[in-house]
This record gives sequence, C-alpha cells and structure tokens, in this order.
Amino acid sequence: MFTLTTLLELVLLLNFFVLGASRLRTAVNLVAVQGMLLGAAPLWLEHGPRVVLLSLGTMAVKGILIPRLLLYAMRDQTIGPEFRPAGGFIASLLLGAVGTGASLWFGGTLPLHNGEHSQLIVPASLATTFAGFVMLFTRVKTISQSLGYLVLENGVFIFGLLLIEAVPAMVEIGVLLDLIVAVFVMGIIIQHINRELDPLEVQHLSSLKE
Amino acid sequence: MAVYLVVLPALAALAALLVPSDRWRPWLLPLGSGLHVACLASLIRSGETVSQFDGWLVLDSTAKVFMLAIGVLHFLCMLYAPGYLALRPERPNRILCACMLASLAMMSLVVLSRHLGLMWVAVEATTLVTAPSIYFNHNARSLEATWKYLLICSVGIALALLGSFFLAYSALYAGLKPTLLFDDLMAAAPNLSRPWLHAAFILLLVGYGAKMGLSPMHTWKPDAYGEAPGMVGALMAGGVTSCVFLAVLRIYQIAVRGGDGAFASRTMIFFGLLSMLTAAVFMVRQRDFKRMLAYSSVEHMGILVFGVGLGGAAIYGVLLHVINNALAKGVLFLSAGNIHRAYGSKLTDHVTGAMRGLPLSGSLFLFGFFAGCGSPPFSPFVSEFSIIAAAFRERHFIGAAIFLAALMAVFLGMGATVLGITLGKPSRPPQQAAFADGAWTGAPIVLLMSLVLLLGLYLPPFLSDLVNQAAASLAMN
Repeated sequence: MFTLTTLLELVLLLNFFVLGASRLRTAVNLVAVQGMLLGAAPLWLEHGPRVVLLSLGTMAVKGILIPRLLLYAMRDQTIGPEFRPAGGFIASLLLGAVGTGASLWFGGTLPLHNGEHSQLIVPASLATTFAGFVMLFTRVKTISQSLGYLVLENGVFIFGLLLIEAVPAMVEIGVLLDLIVAVFVMGIIIQHINRELDPLEVQHLSSLKE
Repeated sequence: MAVYLVVLPALAALAALLVPSDRWRPWLLPLGSGLHVACLASLIRSGETVSQFDGWLVLDSTAKVFMLAIGVLHFLCMLYAPGYLALRPERPNRILCACMLASLAMMSLVVLSRHLGLMWVAVEATTLVTAPSIYFNHNARSLEATWKYLLICSVGIALALLGSFFLAYSALYAGLKPTLLFDDLMAAAPNLSRPWLHAAFILLLVGYGAKMGLSPMHTWKPDAYGEAPGMVGALMAGGVTSCVFLAVLRIYQIAVRGGDGAFASRTMIFFGLLSMLTAAVFMVRQRDFKRMLAYSSVEHMGILVFGVGLGGAAIYGVLLHVINNALAKGVLFLSAGNIHRAYGSKLTDHVTGAMRGLPLSGSLFLFGFFAGCGSPPFSPFVSEFSIIAAAFRERHFIGAAIFLAALMAVFLGMGATVLGITLGKPSRPPQQAAFADGAWTGAPIVLLMSLVLLLGLYLPPFLSDLVNQAAASLAMN
C-alpha cells in the first residue's frame, strides 16, 4: 500500500535526483514533482475540507506556479545543457548522502510523540533541508540557487506535517504567499541579472567583497 | 486600534502604487509615515496594553518601545525622501515608494504579532519588500547586493520557520496543546520538551540572527547597505534589524522560561561579542564608508544581543539602545548618503574635507560617528554604559573586557575612516549643481541628531516610564 512513509521515501529519492541532475530544466521539473508529492502528504494525516484546500493550494504553488515562474525566468536563456556545481556532481551527491544518513541518525535522537503517522517525517525533513543547503552552496547559477531554496522550504514543509492541526490555516497561507512572492522577486532579479551580466552565473556576482 | 499601525502604511503603499506622477508620489511617504506616528502617539498616550484578534496582535510596553524607535526613524527618513528623490528624477520611484511604506506596515506587524507563525510571515515579508529598494540604482553592483540579501535572509528565515515548528512540537510532545501563540508558549514553557526547545532556540537564533546580521551570518549586510540609497540603509539598520531583534528577544524569553536559560544566555553573549569583534576587525582601514556603517550595524546588533544575554539590569539599557541605535543610524546613513551624492563616490580615496565641502552633512556625519561610537553626551553613551555597568554588576568580567576592547577598536577603526572623510581639504569641490545641502535633505538629519543629543542629556519621563515598564515585563534571569 502507498503510505506516507513511501511518499517520504520518494521525496528523499528525488533529493538525490535533483542533486545529480545536470540539466536545469530537469532539475526544475524534479522539484515540481517533489512539490506535488508534498502537496498530497497532508491527506494522509487529516481529513476534511480544510486539508483538501491546503493540499490543492500547496500542489498549485509548489508543483505548478513556482516551477512555471522559474522556467519563465530562464525562457530566453541560452543556458548550456550542463551546469557544473562547485566540486562536481559526485561531491554534491556524496554530501547529500552523508546529510541523509546524519538526518536519519539525528532524527532518531529527538523524542517523538507516540502514534505519529510516520517515523520518517523528522529525518526526511532534516535531510531535505540539508539537500537544499547543498544546492545553495555548491551551485553557481542563480536559478539553481533558487531551486535550492525551494528544496530547503520543502524540508521545512515536511516538518510542518507534524503540526498540521496546530498551525492555523492563515499562517499556512501566509507561508505559501511569502514563498510565491520570494520566488517572484527572485525571478525578476534573475531576469535583470540576465540583462546586466552574463547568463545566470553567480560567479559574476563577486565584485562586492572585502 | 493597534491594527491601524499596519493598515495605514499598507494603504499608503497601495496609494503610492496608484499615483501616476513620479514628482508628487514621494510626498505620500511623509504622509503615510506621519499618520502611523500620530496613531502610535495616541496609543502610547492612552497608556494601556492593546490586544486584538484573540491576542494575536498585542501592543504592550515592549512593543511600544520598538514601535516608537521604528516609527520615529521611519518618519524622519520619509521626510528626507522627497528631497532626495527630487535629485534623482532619472529613476522611476513607484516601486521604491511603495516598498518603503509596505516595509513600515510589515515592521509594525512583526512588532505587534504575538503569534510566532504570523511573526515569521511578517519578517519574511520585510525581506521581500525591502529587496527592491536595495536595487533602486539598477546597476550590476546593486543587483548583486540584492541577490545576496534576498538569498541569505530567505534561507535564514526558512531556518527560523523550522525552529518555530520545533517550538510548537515541543508543546505537542509534552502532551500540551500545540500552539505558536507567544503567551500560551510562555505559560506552558516550564513543561515544554527540553530537547525540542533546545533545537528550536538554536534554529531560531541562527535564522533570525541572519536577518539581524549577527556574525557570522552578516555577510549580506555590507553589500546591501553599501549599495542601497542612504535612507533605505537607515531604515534597514535602524528599523528592520530592530524588529527582528524583538523576535529574537521573544524566543529568548521562551527559552529562559523553559529552563534553558543558562545555555541561551551563553549563546547570546557569544554571538553578541563575536559580532562586535567581527565588526571591529572589518572596520579597520575600511575604504568604503557605507560598508563601514554596515559593520557598525553588525556591532550594535552584537551589543543588543550581548545585553540580552546578560539579563537583569542590562535589559533597560538594551531597550534604550534600540531607540538610540535607530536614531544614530538615521543620522549616519542619511548624512553618508548626502556625502556620497555630492562627491559621486563612497570611497575614502576620493572623499576628503566633507566638512568644508558640505558643511552641514559633513558635520552631522562626524557628530553621528561620535554618537554611534557611544561618546558622551550623546544618547548611545547612556545605553551602552547601562549595559557595561550591568556586565560588571553581574560579574561577567571577561565579557565586559571583550566588550570594551571591541568598542575601543571600533572607535579607532571607524574614527580613521570618518576623520579622513570629514577633515582636511576638500578632495574635489563638490559641484553645486550636483548636490548641495538643502532644507529637505538636511533638516530631517538635524532633527535626528537633536533627538540623539536630547536623549543623551535628558530622558523625558514618559519615555523612561515606558522603558522601565518594558524592562520590568521582560525581567527574565
């Protein structure tokens, strides 16, 4: 049976695919799939119209709207098919693996409330947050950094599943709204970077330093 | 009534988006901000704690202190704005004006908010509405600064969200009703799950610390403050950082009440001193005077966090320092902006003799430097002195020694840069056509400076009562 744990395992697997994806478009699409899966996750935990709305909203934002915005921001880019992260893909994958291992261990040390739907929620949350960090710090293109931020946010979202009853809908909507605006502003900045500087590379963003 | 503090500036921001004229739009800034200050004044006069929306928005004495600092600074910066924007007719100002007013609305929401989730949403919103104002100049350098600011702060704030969730879970785990309402968390704090509370505190401090610009998460600050227009820098260094500091203060209160006080206090003292030392190191031979001001902001955030870590009598000094730092930052950033405009450079290599070339702004910059470094008779001296006195009273001798050493190093480092700029022969007589001290770009700084001086000599009874009340309500250790 397809349980919440299976879903979270898929999410963890997607982290590795995103970390290893050599094409930007593939990476954006993978993050979109991850967002879709996460949007469905609340349905395992609670029933009722509120949770369905939340689920649909999350899918729309994380699975469709934000990936579209990012693809739109890079639409007329002549981005080479490959983008090489600092240290190479193998290094980011290894870092991701180490992070996932550490999260499984650390998640085990934090005490969990009895009767949680899945013991994987905390480790998956930490591992995904960490994967986001790896993306942020090893990638050189602004789009990939925004993707890293999204993966990181997905990690935080997974932890939020534990609190689905505690966090009022208003706050959840606020968080999603902030996320949209954040990516929207990032998209605009990326477009301006395209116009002012060489395509999408953060390496060009290094005139400000001590 | 308290909600008007958010609604009025938000409506003014909307109006700024709709007004078609670049020439008239800037006048909405002092208008919107002035309404905010008037509303705040009437709320402070009433002297009561205002609570709205089931305790989600509360204006208590602590919130009033922060709101006062932010409101007055914002109003005087907005009074400066029309004069400044008139000098920049080549740049459209619709986005900038809307963002400045929206940032006031969001800062007010952070200060009022008693729900940690709502507070998080508002803090993230302050990042998003200030980012476009950093990019006002539309060049490659400001683009880079905006990108770094947006990314580092968003990541920091994402960590803070994870921390907020941890905090709610610490209640759930302890068998309590999970909540993110500050007052409920405070009431339940002694029973919260300690490992979760511990992890939550670290994440929240690192997350909001990044937004406040505590070292080592401060790296965006010199870039952003260096590239943003002076008034945007003033609002960020005196306003946005202050309201995020309030968020840190709230989290610290929960940690202390939850029995994690010793660890939380040590961590705060550590980050505070580290920030002060980092600032001191980077201020030595700093050639860019706007970046220098950014490091000064890192230093003052360090002072605030250090004071909170000490607790006890230092809290009074900390609250006073929030106001004093906001006002002093206003003087420094606005006058630095004027000097930058007149000389066309913010590097010490190109700018000397500002006191002769630009008598008003040059002198204000020099006085602002003395005030910012905590020299008497200016107000930051009073608040820094209360904090250091408390450090000695609490027998934190090593901390106090490092604090004093860092202050001294900052004074020397900043002094070399500031004196180099202000004294001597003007490097290049500023062309009168480009920029000269005028009433609109001078008077707001004079007002800010007068307040800094006045509060150093005499603390009006209403203010000292307010700060005392707030300090008493925060009595923690």
